[in-house]
Amino acid sequence: MKAMFLAFVAMGILAVGADLALDRIGFSSSDRGSGADVRLDDS
Amino acid sequence: MVHRLLALLLVLCLGTGAVAQDGFTPSDPDRAATGGAQTLEDILARQEQLNVDDSFRSDLTGDPEAAAPTTGQLGTRGGASDPDLWRGLRYDTADVTTQVRGPAATTLIQDGGMRWLQLRDGPVAVYGGYLLLATIALLALFYVIRGRIRIDGAKTGRTITRFQAVERFGHWLLAGSFILLGITGLVSLFGRKAIAAFQSADNPENYERAREVYATLALASKWIHNNVSWAFMIALVLIFVMWVWHNLPDRTDIKWLAQGGGIFTKHHPPAKKFNAGQKLIFWSVIVLGTSISASGLSLLFPFELPMFAATFDKINALGVPGWFGFAPLETAFAPHVEMQYAQLWHAIVSFVLMAIIIAHIYIGSVGMEGAYDAMGSGEVEEQWAREHHSIWAEKVLTEKSAAPSGSAQATPAE
Repeated sequence: MKAMFLAFVAMGILAVGADLALDRIGFSSSDRGSGADVRLDDS
Repeated sequence: MVHRLLALLLVLCLGTGAVAQDGFTPSDPDRAATGGAQTLEDILARQEQLNVDDSFRSDLTGDPEAAAPTTGQLGTRGGASDPDLWRGLRYDTADVTTQVRGPAATTLIQDGGMRWLQLRDGPVAVYGGYLLLATIALLALFYVIRGRIRIDGAKTGRTITRFQAVERFGHWLLAGSFILLGITGLVSLFGRKAIAAFQSADNPENYERAREVYATLALASKWIHNNVSWAFMIALVLIFVMWVWHNLPDRTDIKWLAQGGGIFTKHHPPAKKFNAGQKLIFWSVIVLGTSISASGLSLLFPFELPMFAATFDKINALGVPGWFGFAPLETAFAPHVEMQYAQLWHAIVSFVLMAIIIAHIYIGSVGMEGAYDAMGSGEVEEQWAREHHSIWAEKVLTEKSAAPSGSAQATPAE
């Protein structure tokens, strides 16, 4: 059972890590769909 | 019949591409009366859902070389009229410059959206949903008829190690991520249909509340689906590397399949570490999982990884559509159409894999006594191993007995 729980924890870490990494390299929907001039956030 | 079956397989394999090629208008109508524009026949053919060869329009986007000189009395300002320009925009051949960035920003008009939506909300959702329900119903029926597959012989009280911790880690990483991806994918596909059930003129507040709940659920589903996908892809590689050697087909698989895996009999055909049924599951997961991952990556990085035009091009080059009497597959897609194909393919293949995995979950849990232990603790009852994986069990037990004293004994079951 330890391997199973470890896998689920790894899954969570990978998901959060992927979200942060993709956001940083500019692959959010807003990055792909619009230029910085028309975005409301400060990115 | 074989011809039709092959054609059906091709249609299924290629998603909608092949279908889109079916039903061209039989002959080019005479367009002299309309000056080359579309005719009543074109309109009627389109209303009959036939694909009209509209190259007579798509190619008519102006010819600057043929334009009258601007110095002439009736000279033009370039050779492309406004209708020519609009046709260029319509067929994505115009030279467009925009301030909006992004790979598909210069495609101002594309017409695949409605066809995609109708396929997604129609046949894909309907048949996909039925496939999952039918799988569950068949398994329930199987359970009623066959019951739980018990360990036939007397339990020994000893266990042997079936899967090491790293193997179980890889399996659960794949399983956990796939289940989450499956659920969130289904929420995305069926969610809006489900909340429509709350729509009622008598109690509009209920519907509003359901919409709010679904908005949150859909947002969370999208986040989970996009980000958990990486765990699935990593686990797919892990599983492949760890188990591919044990899943290569061999002669024992033929015997195992010939005896139906002993599912309906008390006789258990011999099997190595993985029996033929498990090998089929393994290769289904690897092949379909890779296909889902590829189309998923195409969706995850919009417009960056188009796959279908290139794939259809290769299929055309091999002449595959012609084998079944189809015209060559279309290969000139707007970037958005590539995404629509990727989404449809992603959903169709996912439904097939979900159905297979539901059966796998059944047999690995309630369907067979002792099966879950293999992935739970990694230790299986020796008698279970002898019955379901006799060749493997024999090999492991022989190796154990040949090992130096102290490590030779099978572990007593707790």
